[in-house]
Amino acid sequence: MAVDEKIVKRIAHLARMQLDDTDVAPMMHELNGILGWIEQLEEVETGTIPAMTSVVSQKLKWRADVVNQPELTGGARQAAVLANAADAQFGFFSVPKVIE
Amino acid sequence: MNDSLLTDLSIADMQTGLRARQFTAVELAKAHIKAVADARVLNAFIVETPDIALAQAKAADEALAAGTARPLAGIPLGIKDLFCTKGVQTTAASKILEGFVPQYEATVSANLFRDGAVMLGKLNMDQFAMGSSNETSAYGNVLNPFRNSEGKALVPGGSSGGSAAAVAAGIVAGATGTDTGGSIRQPAAFTGIAGIKPTYGRCSRWGIVAFASSLDQAGPMARDVRDCAILLNSMCSYDEKDSTSINQPVPDYTAALTGDIRGLRIGIPREYRVDGMPVEIDALWQKGIDWLSAAGATIVDVSLPHTKYALPTYYIVAPAECSSNLARYDGVRYGLRVSPKHGSLSDMYEATRATGFGKEVRKRIMIGTYVLSAGYYDAYYIKAQKVRALIAQDFDRAFEHCDVILTPTAPSAAFPLGAKSADPIAMYLNDVFTVPASLAGLPAMSVPAGVDSGGLPLGLHLIGKALDEETVLKVGHVVEQAAGRLAKPLKWWLHS
Repeated sequence: MAVDEKIVKRIAHLARMQLDDTDVAPMMHELNGILGWIEQLEEVETGTIPAMTSVVSQKLKWRADVVNQPELTGGARQAAVLANAADAQFGFFSVPKVIE
Repeated sequence: MNDSLLTDLSIADMQTGLRARQFTAVELAKAHIKAVADARVLNAFIVETPDIALAQAKAADEALAAGTARPLAGIPLGIKDLFCTKGVQTTAASKILEGFVPQYEATVSANLFRDGAVMLGKLNMDQFAMGSSNETSAYGNVLNPFRNSEGKALVPGGSSGGSAAAVAAGIVAGATGTDTGGSIRQPAAFTGIAGIKPTYGRCSRWGIVAFASSLDQAGPMARDVRDCAILLNSMCSYDEKDSTSINQPVPDYTAALTGDIRGLRIGIPREYRVDGMPVEIDALWQKGIDWLSAAGATIVDVSLPHTKYALPTYYIVAPAECSSNLARYDGVRYGLRVSPKHGSLSDMYEATRATGFGKEVRKRIMIGTYVLSAGYYDAYYIKAQKVRALIAQDFDRAFEHCDVILTPTAPSAAFPLGAKSADPIAMYLNDVFTVPASLAGLPAMSVPAGVDSGGLPLGLHLIGKALDEETVLKVGHVVEQAAGRLAKPLKWWLHS
């Protein structure tokens, strides 16, 4: 399943990565090289095999339903959360205007 | 003791020397800080942290004097730049994270520092751990301390290339690495050191910049098997902050290094005899078989029939997870932001990501986005996860007949910079022997076992049953003993 330029542009948009017009064709060739090689998987008979969902046989654990567990990944850390933001204002992340 | 003697010691000997007060942790740290500075031409570090190292070394000396020292007190390590280190820039060797200063510490590095380790700095790597030659870093290529017979610069392997180069060059005693498809083991083989990727879930992934979450696993890299075991003791832990962390007791891995492998069954997978494998690699593999047989192990032929499909499977699963994980870099919460004038939020996302990610990373995000997109998900991603289940099943069946599997680590020795840049699939083939164990989540280790005709290091690779790092280390230790003393890199950077 080779990709064409239109699909490449669509994928770039889905991935939110700007792709200049001059870069579309080279990217298409790169992707097709890899996709062509990957196609050998079609030879493998996988009829009733369940797709792997967990690499080690264990149940995903649930954490306690507790808000702001400070020892784990809880809240009340506004300054630390904002410390690396490109633009933090009034205790929020700031982004270009979304609504005109 | 003079500086070069201090930097050549194994971690085990450093532990003994520190406890016997033959030298102090501060002396050890100073010798390493100087060695790091003298070896800058290797480009193994992105950030050096001499002040942190000296402060930690001072604390280690105090603990040693008070008799409260933890096992790694005073041991100078390098930390791969994929581990979030509190207060120290962490970039994953990318521009998009340039200047990112984590507000928290990764569990694995926190474990090492809890046990007294000293941090010399953050080690260079392939960008977001995507690469097998350390040529995708936004901070420049890392050089292998070994050069070929013509004196040409060689790659150190990847993605943990800075870790491997620093350990081999004797400028750190050990380093953390991470392994998604071979990123600890292949660079270890290329630089003549030891490195182990434990079972998926043994080391917490919390605080490690994510690439492919179902494959990523941290592990130690050091100059010998015992040093890897010592570091692994500290790095492994159950962690509530990682939902895939394994809640099992961590044994003392050094206790496994008994040298006694009598009666162990060593599996030799026939499918690993790949076309075009250099004669020297094949010969080294046979040597390994002979060594283990002479040490009293039983050699058994095993079959891993889906081996040839492991790499294409990996190049669906890993990019798919990468495209999902790397969606977080959007210029909002951390890292680079590129805002086109009068641009929308979407324009900001697109410009930031196009500017901040390197070429290989962008390519993998594109592949991952494609294989997960509507209409292609079943044909690519689900298909790959089914083949992955078959690959894991191959190992289950093989381990009914053997206790550990022996293969070469990589299909070649280290190659010159740029040699494989034009052909991505040739580059991906570096990981042909390491990727299958990653897909199955199994512990696996590379041990320095010999050199090629040009004097370049070659490694042998051991794959164990899930949670059986001990057998992997035990057999790796026997391989290392049988291989004897191998050439160390000439420290040419001191004279250039």
